Amino acid sequence: MPSAAPAAPPAVSAEHRPAPGGGVWRRLPQRVVTFWIVELQKLSHDRTELLTRAVQPVLWLVIFGETFSKIHAIPTGHVPYLDFLAPGIIAQSGLFVAIFYGIQIIWERDAGVLTKLLVTPTPRSALILGKSFAAGIRALAQVGVVLVLSALLGVALTANPLRILGAFVVVMLGSAFFACLSMTVAGIVLKRDRLMGIGQMITMPLFFASNALYPVKVMPGWLQALSRVNPLSYEVDALRGLLIYSPAHLGRDFAVLVLAVVLGVAAASSLVARLAR
Amino acid sequence: MTGAVSRPTETKGVACPVPAVACRGLRHRFGDHVAVDGMDLEVAQGEVFGLLGPNGAGKTTTIRVLNTLLPLQEGSVEVLGHDVRRAPMAVRRLMGYVPQQLSIEGALTGRENVTWFARLFDVPRDERRARVADALELMGLSEAADKLASTYSGGMVRRLELAQALVNRPALLVLDEPTVGLDPIARDGVWQRVEDLRDATGMTVLLTTHYMEEADVLCDRVGLMHLGRLRTVGSPRELKGHLGPDASLEDVFRRYTGVELDENSDKGGIRAIRSTRRTAGRLG
Ligand SMILES: Nc1ncnc2c1ncn2[C@@H]1O[C@H](COP(=O)(O)OP(=O)(O)O)[C@@H](O)[C@H]1O
Ligand SMILES: [Mg+2]
Repeated sequence: MPSAAPAAPPAVSAEHRPAPGGGVWRRLPQRVVTFWIVELQKLSHDRTELLTRAVQPVLWLVIFGETFSKIHAIPTGHVPYLDFLAPGIIAQSGLFVAIFYGIQIIWERDAGVLTKLLVTPTPRSALILGKSFAAGIRALAQVGVVLVLSALLGVALTANPLRILGAFVVVMLGSAFFACLSMTVAGIVLKRDRLMGIGQMITMPLFFASNALYPVKVMPGWLQALSRVNPLSYEVDALRGLLIYSPAHLGRDFAVLVLAVVLGVAAASSLVARLAR
Repeated sequence: MTGAVSRPTETKGVACPVPAVACRGLRHRFGDHVAVDGMDLEVAQGEVFGLLGPNGAGKTTTIRVLNTLLPLQEGSVEVLGHDVRRAPMAVRRLMGYVPQQLSIEGALTGRENVTWFARLFDVPRDERRARVADALELMGLSEAADKLASTYSGGMVRRLELAQALVNRPALLVLDEPTVGLDPIARDGVWQRVEDLRDATGMTVLLTTHYMEEADVLCDRVGLMHLGRLRTVGSPRELKGHLGPDASLEDVFRRYTGVELDENSDKGGIRAIRSTRRTAGRLG
C-alpha cells in the first residue's frame, strides 16, 4: 500500500491523532483570530467599501455637527458640540457596520458556507463570538477612517495611544454586541430581506435613543429610560471619556458592554443552528 | 453486511475492526415526513462507498445526521467508533465534508479559503502553509490559488471544496453529490481527483450520487437507496452479476426499486411510488 501522498497520509493516521489540547476555552481565542484574519482578507480585496461607508459619518459631522455648533442648540457645557458629537458618530459608524452583519451570516447560509463552518470542530458559541468580533474588526477599520476625518475637521481628540487603544476595545465590544443582535434576528427571521427591513427599522431608533447626539439630561424622561437600556449609550459614554476627556463611567461602561456581548453571544449561538436546517 | 469488498480493508496497514460509519435503525423525520426510514449502513475503513438513489431518497439527510448538522432523532450513528450524539466534536475532527451545494467564500482567494479551514480544523501552524499548498496542488489549483474564488468555474469550485475538506487529512471524506450540476469535463476532473486520492491514500470515502456511472467508476460498494430505505448493498460488479452479463447498475436499481434512476424520476413522484409498491409486492 502506498504510504505517503502529497496532501493526505493513510486514512488510519487520523484516528489516532490526538485532539489539540484544551477545550472550548483554549479554542475560543484561536477561532476569534481566525475570523479576524478572514475579515481583514475580505476587506483587503475590497477597500472601496471603507471609503463609501465613510461618507455618511462625514456628512453627519460636517452638516449636523457644524450647524448645531453654530446655533448652540444643544447644551454640552464647555465642550464644543463637534467634539461632543464625534464619539457618537464613531459609535454610529460601528453600529451600522455591525447591525447588518447578520445579513452576512444569512448570505453564508444561502451560499452553503455556514453549513461547512458548522461541521468544523468549532463550538457554536466560538463561531458566533468569532463572527461578532469579525464584525468588530470591520467596524474598527471603519472607525479608524472616521477618527482620522474627525481630527481633520478639528475635533480635539486625544493623542494618547493608550486611550485610543481603549477606544478601539470599546468599539470592538459595542460592535460585537450589535452583530450578535443582528445574528440573533437572522436566526429568527431566516430571510435576508426581512433582516434588511428589521435592520433598517432598529438602527435609527437605537441611534436616536442614545446619548450619541445630545446629552441625556436634555432628553424627555421616556427617552432617558430607553437610553439607559441601550448599550450604544454606554459605548458612546466610554468613547467620550477616552477620546475627548469628558467625565465618564468607564468601569460601568466596560462592564455593561462585556455583559451585553456575553448575552448576545448566548442568544445568537442558540439560534444559529436554525439557519442550517 | 455481506458483499465483496474489492479492496479488502485488512491491507490498509493497521488492522482496525472499527467501521468508518455504522448506522443502525437511523430514522429522521421532518414534521410528518419520514426522510430516512430505518437505515442500517456500515462502511468499512478504506473503502469508497456510494449511496445511490434518486432525488428525495434521503441521501443528504443521512449525510447530515452523520456529520452532526442534524440532531440524531432515532437509531444510532457512529463514525470511527465515535457516537455522533455523545462526541460530535470528535466526529467533526475526523471528517471532511463537501456539501451538495457549491459553497465557497467568493470574496476570498482559493488559498485563503483553504487556509481558513486549516485554521478551523487546528492544523498546526508550522505545517499549515505546506498543507494548504499540497491540498491545492493535489486538486490542480496551484495556479489559480491566488485568484478570488468568485472567478472560479463550477468544476474549480468543487475542487477547491475538496481541497478545503482534505487539508485536515480527514479519516473519512464525505461527498454529497460531488458532480451534480457540473459539465462532463468538470465531472471527469472531479472523478479523476477522487480516484487519485483513493489510490494514493486509501482514504475512506462516502459519497452520494444519482448518477449510475459515477457509482460504477468510483465505488467499491454501493447502497441503493429509495424512499428513505436502503434496498440493497454490494459491489457494482456483484449487483450487476446477479442480473446477467449485460446488466447495468441502472437495471439493478430498477430491479430493486421499480423506478428509473434518471432525472425524470426526481422526488420519487406518484408514479414512482406506485410502481415501487407493485415491485415490493412482487418481490414479497
Ligand atoms: N429541511 C427539510 N425540511 C423538510 N423536508 C425536508 C428537508 N430536507 C429534506 N426534506 C425531505 O426529505 C426527503 C429526503 O431529502 P434528501 O435527504 O435531501 O434527499 P436526497 O439527498 O436523496 O435527494 C425529501 O422528500 C425532502 O423533500
Ligand atoms: Mg441530496
